[in-house]
Amino acid sequence: MDRHSLISITWRRFLKNRLAVAGGVVVAALVLVAVLAPFISPYNPNDIDRRHILERPGISHLLGTDDLGRDVLSRMIWGARISLAVGFVAVGIATCIGILFGAFAGYYGGWTDRIITRFIDIMLTIPTFFLILTVIAFIGSSIWNIMIVIGLTSWMGVARLVRAEFLSLKERDFVTAARALGAGSLRIIFRHIMINSMAPVLVSAVLGIAGAVLLESSLSFLGIGVQPPTPTWGNILTLGKDNLEIAWWLSVFPGLAILITVLAYNLLGEGVRDSIDPRLWDSERR
Amino acid sequence: MLQYLLKRLAEMIPTLIGITLISFTIIHLAPGKPTDILTDFNPKITPEARERLEKYYGLDKPLIVQYGLWLKRIVKLDFGESFSTDRRPVLDKIWDRKQPLVDRRLFVTFMINVISMVVILLISIPIGITSATHRNSLYDKVMTTTVFVGFAMPSFWFALLLMLLFGISLGWLPISGLKSMNYSSLSAPGQALDRISHLVLPVFIASFGSLAGNSRYMRSSMLEVIRQDYITVARAKGLPEKVVVYRHALRNALLPLITLVGLSIPGLIGGSVILESIFGIPGMGQLLFMSVMTRDYPMIMCILTIGAVLTLVGNLLADIGYMIVDPRIRTHS
Repeated sequence: MDRHSLISITWRRFLKNRLAVAGGVVVAALVLVAVLAPFISPYNPNDIDRRHILERPGISHLLGTDDLGRDVLSRMIWGARISLAVGFVAVGIATCIGILFGAFAGYYGGWTDRIITRFIDIMLTIPTFFLILTVIAFIGSSIWNIMIVIGLTSWMGVARLVRAEFLSLKERDFVTAARALGAGSLRIIFRHIMINSMAPVLVSAVLGIAGAVLLESSLSFLGIGVQPPTPTWGNILTLGKDNLEIAWWLSVFPGLAILITVLAYNLLGEGVRDSIDPRLWDSERR
Repeated sequence: MLQYLLKRLAEMIPTLIGITLISFTIIHLAPGKPTDILTDFNPKITPEARERLEKYYGLDKPLIVQYGLWLKRIVKLDFGESFSTDRRPVLDKIWDRKQPLVDRRLFVTFMINVISMVVILLISIPIGITSATHRNSLYDKVMTTTVFVGFAMPSFWFALLLMLLFGISLGWLPISGLKSMNYSSLSAPGQALDRISHLVLPVFIASFGSLAGNSRYMRSSMLEVIRQDYITVARAKGLPEKVVVYRHALRNALLPLITLVGLSIPGLIGGSVILESIFGIPGMGQLLFMSVMTRDYPMIMCILTIGAVLTLVGNLLADIGYMIVDPRIRTHS
């Protein structure tokens, strides 16, 4: 690879940021854990063992057992799947909606822009957690419903971002050139401008995963997320709350997992942001 | 200024209509009706009886008509009656005049949010400023790390840990409800103290999440402002650093923070569901949770509307704050 190509510069800048690399490593490890869950989890996450109820962390159960004698470590390993899936799918949905709205608003301007901007403002004013709670309670808390509802209520940031990018990019010469060559609006939007506005969207998507993971776990914690016996970090924490006085390990470990995951996505996102923003390239030498 | 305010107030009306229309549609389009809960467990119910029930609740009309009727009543501040068995007016459940002010649900939620907001501003602004002025010092690094961890901390988990530590292990603070069992037998100062001690953990948890983001924002915005020419001029004039920072830089540095505060209001209000359910606080969030579970449409709509109004008013206050801090905006409008 050319040592001075944009990608290689960006990559080297990213590698220099140790925290961001650490975040990336944690995220990669999580993906690995989720994919390999059936092979690495020491027990079946749903195996009930009445003789070993609420056992402290020890050699046979590294992170202890819950109120039905299920192995907490195994449940957390399987829970990583839920958290990962919800994070990626919900953010995927939100990003697609955000890009579409943002692109149309920014490119066409005028009434299209005014209506979409108004809609974004309205969505930003609704306490979305109220809405998510209501909808999930009504349509049922399957993992798909949760992904979709989180996605449908968290696209506004991306839309604003993309709109701003489009507003500035559509005035550039390469767009005029494309138009002069006879490219249609849709082609200009999706082939020419969108490619150039992807960097900030990528950053906001990585940061958005962190938010979605937090949201999913709080829904699970309230008892309206993915339902037991499917293990999620949030619903292990609910058990932790119910057994707060006798089983601290049910509260401490899943929470720690959520914290580390969210932290990792945030560090990764900020690291990517810093390394793809050319304006920051010089400032580092200062 | 007054003209601007009136314009903003007028603008709130279409927004509010938009919000309520979206909420109304979502609630009513969701599969399953509140009458199902009443009828599903009763095998003897006939289809006719079910229809009568739907008619009674006005659920048989087309959606847009239902919304129109709802809107017409709202203008008179009539949010309807709760679908639950007590059939009480919805507003009465949120704002029970028979109870002392401090026990009314809306007031409880409102108070916790306002106190949290004040705590957030009182702590995050000084942290942000000092982090910026002592950039890259040990203090700044510790603060940056804390902020990053705080940003990622799931609030409900943090609440559990604090309950475990202060409530159970140390026994310093109560972990549930708004007042103790023996509240009525306490003296007046004792009652006040009792209430405050019940609020310490919830307010701390409610503020903690935003604390991280806001102080971070304050720091970067202060760093931005301090680089500008007029600050160099102020320093060159020989002004003491304190005056430069707190009189000249602070005003401009506060601007982005005000926007952020305005934007964080929906999150705070929405978060009250989690907060109130962890700490067993009888507020609006807890009521919403219960109403959602029983599909109490009028109750849900009422709380969603109040949540939206609180957010809009909060945003308006943020804009007014913006005008107070930034004279440029005042002269433009």
